[in-house]
Amino acid sequence: MTETSASAFKGTLAQERQLKEAIARHADQPGGLMPVLQEAQDIYGYLPIEVQRMVAEGLNISLSEVYGVATFYSQFSLKPKGEHRISVCLGTACYVKGSDKILEAVEQKLGIKNGECTEDGLFSIDSCRCVGACGLAPVMMVDDDVYGKLTPQEVGPILDTYLNKKGGGKK
Amino acid sequence: MTIEELNKIRAAKHDLVVVRKLIAEQAAEMEKKTGYRKQVLVCGGTGCTSSGSKKVIDALESELKKQGLEKEILVVKTGCFGLCALGPIMIVYPEGAFYAQATPEGVVRVVNEHLKNGKICTDLLYQETVHTDGSIISLNETPFYKKQLRIALQNCGVISPEDIEEYIALDGYQALYKVLTQMKPEEVIQEMLDSGLRGRGGAGFPTGRKWAFARASESDIKYVCCNADEGDPGAFMDRSILEGDPHSVIEAMAIAGYTIGAKQGYIYVRAEYPVAVERLRIALRQAREYGFLGENIFGTNFCFDIEIRLGAGAFVCGEETALMTSIEGHRGEPHPRPPFPAVKGLFGKPTVLNNVETLSNIPKIIYRGAKWYSQYGTATSKGTKVFALGGKITNVGLVEIPMGTTLREIVEEIGGGIPGGKKFKAAQTGGPSGGCIPACHIDTPIDYESLTALGSMMGSGGMIIMDEDTCMVDIAKFYLEFTVDESCGKCTPCRIGTRRLLQFLDKIVSGNGEMEDLEKIEELANHMKSSSLCALGQSAPNPVLSTMKYFRDEYIAHIADKSCPAGVCKDLLYYEINAGLCKGCTLCARNCPVNAISGTVKHPHVIDREKCIKCGLCVRNCKFGAIEKK
Repeated sequence: MTETSASAFKGTLAQERQLKEAIARHADQPGGLMPVLQEAQDIYGYLPIEVQRMVAEGLNISLSEVYGVATFYSQFSLKPKGEHRISVCLGTACYVKGSDKILEAVEQKLGIKNGECTEDGLFSIDSCRCVGACGLAPVMMVDDDVYGKLTPQEVGPILDTYLNKKGGGKK
Repeated sequence: MTIEELNKIRAAKHDLVVVRKLIAEQAAEMEKKTGYRKQVLVCGGTGCTSSGSKKVIDALESELKKQGLEKEILVVKTGCFGLCALGPIMIVYPEGAFYAQATPEGVVRVVNEHLKNGKICTDLLYQETVHTDGSIISLNETPFYKKQLRIALQNCGVISPEDIEEYIALDGYQALYKVLTQMKPEEVIQEMLDSGLRGRGGAGFPTGRKWAFARASESDIKYVCCNADEGDPGAFMDRSILEGDPHSVIEAMAIAGYTIGAKQGYIYVRAEYPVAVERLRIALRQAREYGFLGENIFGTNFCFDIEIRLGAGAFVCGEETALMTSIEGHRGEPHPRPPFPAVKGLFGKPTVLNNVETLSNIPKIIYRGAKWYSQYGTATSKGTKVFALGGKITNVGLVEIPMGTTLREIVEEIGGGIPGGKKFKAAQTGGPSGGCIPACHIDTPIDYESLTALGSMMGSGGMIIMDEDTCMVDIAKFYLEFTVDESCGKCTPCRIGTRRLLQFLDKIVSGNGEMEDLEKIEELANHMKSSSLCALGQSAPNPVLSTMKYFRDEYIAHIADKSCPAGVCKDLLYYEINAGLCKGCTLCARNCPVNAISGTVKHPHVIDREKCIKCGLCVRNCKFGAIEKK
């Protein structure tokens, strides 16, 4: 089981070097903040205040401006995500086919709410607006795997396969 | 790149690609010239990828290799064919055999029986394409495709989006050559005006006029932007065009650049569309290599290049001023107009912003002429419109119809009707900014004006079909939750107004509504429409207003009778097991996703209402009809 604490920032030197390269690439580009934050999130998985500070210093803009942009867009997360990221589509096509019930079943199964991460850091739940697989509605994604035409009772067994993949974890 | 070189590529690739657009008998002739005995087109769009087309392609390629057929049979990964409900989709030419819901196992059979021995696996085909005598019906003759007219989607599902030469084979970049060498910018604008093309992003502003304004603005620097931030949940027209035919957008942006006098273009595309972004990157690289972007295009002094910017998940960035603010690297908040972007847009310079579908029409209009384009459509709305058909409809997918087609034709013929014998209740267009068209207006011909008159709007093209099991109050609430989430917070009418509207609806669906709430909703909605800063807030009340207009009885049922006629709103319903009918088979208890049902074998079970999430699974599972929704 992985030990991820939500509070402590554990960036490595290698990550920092990658971030600095990204900053250097975009520093002179008009409107470079968004691409830098997108790369930063790819590097760290989320955008803690420490990372935002490095971006602000690197681009020579204020931390408040970086924070303002980081909190405006739903793609950016200030909190770490789970090892397996569950994303339930709540786009209209999925919604009319009952995706709200899929989301509830996921929440029930993991004992956390939409937007939260399990204590062991294994799963996090997000809802999203349309992954573009409307033909398969209702749809849930776990990492890059797409599960379509779901019913609430299929949710539990699907998530169990990810527990088993880890070989650990409790039910 | 010269026109001679362009025409040479077109001639060289023409037969290879055009064979995919012909019917079987003619195609058999052409096949000899292409060097391949057969071609297999597999959809690599997001819809089919989600249903497993990658595994299908892998299985296909490895089986072809195993059978030693890889030199005779060409595999092409295309964009969307449109019939997403049947994905993964695979078409074999020259026969035009349309395999639906392909699986790796099925593909092995297709390779061995069809590709190797010429015996079509009829049982694996889309059954609408099979005659009772076993012969194949052309795809264009099936109900789904028959009434469609593909202009914007002309190349989607036909060419490989990752091979610029296949685009060239179907007259790609000829329009760019034409404008650069034979047309003055004013003539391009006149052509656009004559074509009657209006913005496909929602508002329907004439494209030619937009370009004329930007051309008239004096500035040494101008920009062309492409809005690919398709935010309407349940809409995927623009994504499919980018995935299936990215060069049409690039060519159109270069044409726009020449017309208004811009050297730089930006495509603002959702980061949630990884396949589209990847194909765009490949397309841009190839366009530069072939000299359609860069310096001195076609030997003229016109220079133009395009950069991709990724959106980060903010619906408001579909609004033009917000989109530009976001490209500038700020919070994507809109600002008041005027000044309009054509005067003061991106980085403070005159800017033209067009949506993906609008752009993809433009090379065809220039190449084939305004007159050809304007023959399609209605008096005020020319050409075609692409819709992403979703929800309670048999043929979920992407359809392109001439303007003026009726909703009935879309739902009953193209869409194949409502599954499960249910009744059509309403079609929602325009997403969170639009409204519902009820069954009584199903014969309305679709164009910009008719949809607005019904209290909905054309929107970008999302069309969600709802049946009798959909609660209209719940749908209005769904859209408001979306706009509450997505309101940027800059102006008060939208920030507070959407939240207050949602509170009213929450009150109604939980059984606490009062009749005077309906008047309060209308009053608040009208204030929001007149005083919000941008279209997001101005149109946010539309889903509520239009459902209240056509389905007021449902609102009244929630308020006065405390009941939800469609059986959706959970606070107004519960499930109960009829002890007289329950045999204690335990099936419901075993399958309940939240373990809300308890009881011992052969004794009546009970449902714990606290735990129950009202998913209705037990009702569907029970063989004795013992579980009742109340």
